Amino acid sequence: MSIIIDRRLNSGKKSTVNRQRFLRRYKSTIKESVQEQINNRSITDMEQGTDISIPRKDVSEPVFHHGDNGHRQRVHPGNKEFHSGDRFNRPEGGQGQGPGKGDASNQGSGIDDFIFQINRDEFLQYLFEDLELPNLIKKELMDSTEYSLKRAGFTTAGSPDRLNVIRSLRAAHARRIALSGKERLVIRELKRELRELEVQPGQTNREKQEQLRIQITELNKKLRRLPFIDDFDLRFNNLVKVPQPSSKAVMVCIMDVSGSMTREIKDIAKRFFLLLYLFLEKNYEATEVIFIRHHTEARECNEHDFFYSQETGGTIVSSALILAHQIINDRYPPEKWNIYMAQASDGDNWDSDNQACHDAITQKLIPLVQYFAYVEIANRHQNLWHTYKDIERTYKEHFAQQQIHDQSDIYPVFRRLFEKKVD
Amino acid sequence: MTRQYLSTGSEWTFELLDVYDKAIGNLAEKFELDTYPNQIEVINSEQMIDAYAAVGMPLMYHHWSFGKKFLNNMQNYRRGRMGLAYEIVINSNPCIAYLMEENTMAMQALVIAHACYGHNSFFKGNYLFRQWTSADSIIDYLLFARHYIHQCEEKYGVDAVEELLDACHALMNQGVNRYMRPSAISAEMEINQAKEREEYIQRNINDLWRTIPSKKDGQTKAKRRFPAEPEENVLYFIEKNAPLLKTWQRELIRIVRKIAQYFYPQRQTQVMNEGWASFWHFTLMHELYNEGLINEGYILEFLHSHSSVVFQPDFDDPRYSGINPYTLGFNIYRDLRRICEHPEEEDKLWFPDIAGSDWLKTLHHAMSQFKDESFILQFLSPRVMREMKLFCMDDDDREPYLEVSAIHDESGYKALRASLSNQYNLGNQEPNIQVYDVDVRGDRSLTLIHTMHKGQNLDADTAMEILKHLHLLWGFDVKLNSVDSSGEIQHSYCTSETHKVS
Repeated sequence: MSIIIDRRLNSGKKSTVNRQRFLRRYKSTIKESVQEQINNRSITDMEQGTDISIPRKDVSEPVFHHGDNGHRQRVHPGNKEFHSGDRFNRPEGGQGQGPGKGDASNQGSGIDDFIFQINRDEFLQYLFEDLELPNLIKKELMDSTEYSLKRAGFTTAGSPDRLNVIRSLRAAHARRIALSGKERLVIRELKRELRELEVQPGQTNREKQEQLRIQITELNKKLRRLPFIDDFDLRFNNLVKVPQPSSKAVMVCIMDVSGSMTREIKDIAKRFFLLLYLFLEKNYEATEVIFIRHHTEARECNEHDFFYSQETGGTIVSSALILAHQIINDRYPPEKWNIYMAQASDGDNWDSDNQACHDAITQKLIPLVQYFAYVEIANRHQNLWHTYKDIERTYKEHFAQQQIHDQSDIYPVFRRLFEKKVD
Repeated sequence: MTRQYLSTGSEWTFELLDVYDKAIGNLAEKFELDTYPNQIEVINSEQMIDAYAAVGMPLMYHHWSFGKKFLNNMQNYRRGRMGLAYEIVINSNPCIAYLMEENTMAMQALVIAHACYGHNSFFKGNYLFRQWTSADSIIDYLLFARHYIHQCEEKYGVDAVEELLDACHALMNQGVNRYMRPSAISAEMEINQAKEREEYIQRNINDLWRTIPSKKDGQTKAKRRFPAEPEENVLYFIEKNAPLLKTWQRELIRIVRKIAQYFYPQRQTQVMNEGWASFWHFTLMHELYNEGLINEGYILEFLHSHSSVVFQPDFDDPRYSGINPYTLGFNIYRDLRRICEHPEEEDKLWFPDIAGSDWLKTLHHAMSQFKDESFILQFLSPRVMREMKLFCMDDDDREPYLEVSAIHDESGYKALRASLSNQYNLGNQEPNIQVYDVDVRGDRSLTLIHTMHKGQNLDADTAMEILKHLHLLWGFDVKLNSVDSSGEIQHSYCTSETHKVS
């Protein structure tokens, strides 16, 4: 007798734990693989999951088995022209095909790397592990202006939509019991008397019985007159406001688009901005991006223009900083928004503008923003670097700069900027 | 004989599964296939991959290596590099068989015949399974194992458990008894006994190590080895004798050992088991067709799948990866039937006892009383060798050449058969490693002996890896000596350093 069961409805996630165990065991290798890929990947698929490959040797599980020496015989099928006693030179590269042991699925030659997939979330997790957004905590505690309502017990006053029916009825019930206590005691007493009279033999006291009955009905009527529910009974859910850390972030990208910025430099900048964007997105519920490009004057633009349009001319960095300040003031009040600024440039600036930059950042921007990160994409330090050096020294908490030489520096630099700081 | 077809479309339904199962069951009864009750479970492809990862078992403890298998299978499956099996069947009572939902009705019928009546009757009938596995209690035991290991993870941390399981898995093949099975106990008793064992073992182990050397006599008694006889079950030896292990660690070793033992018969009967199941799906499906229960479409679809199951690429085919156990087993059983039913002169010469005998009886005997090596030695007929065009390559590292030592001709049959049988002898295929000695009075080091088979070394890298695992279990240095047929040590591996003697 057979039983037939439909198991398809059972969740198919039986291997989840084992998969996690595997990822956990090879965490460092996977991380390396992710970091390596960051630099080679095209920007558009940065957000997808990825193939991870680990050297087969590292994930092998050893079992005792024979080496390739000694005397061995092996039977094969499909003989075509061999006769007993035929001899051949030993083929280079060890023994012939191994036995067909192990499961049939495992046909892949043993030299391949072990390859598997991780999804987008896992990819980002490995990518941003051990990184943190600076000053996140401070913001949460100090400047929270958003509130969420939380249940906090019950009150006797409130608006009708918060009425708690069960509590109210329970209070009414209690009140009715409390207020009717005396009468019910009397009723009980009278009923007992009545019963005693009823069970007494003889026709005596018929009048007394009647009298008692009337008394009981009277009292019951009085009981019924007690209000079923009263203002006094009403209970309302109590909600209190709990300050909520702001879950919105805006990222202000500033890039120099003057003639000295080549395609390559822009590409590096783009990757850097993208990493930052992914990172912010992972930490905040809503992330907005502002693009500001500048040469001698700054302009807010869309993403495409930001990365792809070519301009020429000199460079005045402070124009962009001032524009950023304006935009923030107009649209992103710092008490509601977490503001991050990222600037990428080849470090070139008009000499007399440096002081203006210094002032714009220290006086206008630093008080508003969570973090200001500057990357200089150049092989040697330019004048902007030296200006910013001072700022970095004074405002360690809020300002950092790093230099990127080429493609492979992007991720390490990003990590350095956002490394978890040990307190 | 015009009977109604059971069904004609390719879609299956649960009602139809039941109808086919009954029809096939009736036929199986006619052929005296004695089976455990069947539990047929329909699953989807993801669940199939899950089942693959946990070596087919419906519940298994957690370990990263299962996750690795899962990821690997998933990747191969998604890339289209691997098709999934149509079924998985578990040696348990009731016998659990997984059917893929993607299968067509004809395929489901094939799978039911193959797994629920072929494999199932093999599990119930073959002497190795009867002797070594307890189909009644395996699911209970796995449940116990999973709970126990889970508790250990909570108590002692995932890392500690993982490290230990890694070590045990490396020695899994050395964790089976080959010659003697301890008396069977039921699953419920297992839990109670685990506790009793704890106390008992811990007490006794301390006795073993309480050896204060009394030097004042200065006399050396005849040196006694411990264990007195070499122990083939390394994990068993460790479980019972390793001085430093905690009780839960011993229990974990025991769990791995038990599971290894449960799978041991399957590794010894691959050809027989798959051959038997293939033979019966072939026979039963044809019987369905002959009785007019399925139509030509079904039988053609069946034949198509069947021929890909028993497809054997030639040795020079790029797809070749050894002899297909389905093919070999199927061919032997089918030829056995032919020898019984239509014997020829050659058969009478080679198989005087069975030529012309009752084929059903002979096949059942061949299924129940053998394992791969003896089965091949006994029943591989010259005709099958000819049909498969088998030949034997001789590879001796002392010679500069390879030699074809035998082919499918009159002078080669016997040698060919012997060497194919040998090829399925796990005793030869796996290194023979036994616990030889413990330096009880000295540094407590453990010595293992690898008895070399035909001068074959161990693979040195993995051997060292495994010794490290063994060191973790034993707690002191571990040595492994490869000894050749003349009793001389050829190689020596040691956890403190490696030396080569040559």
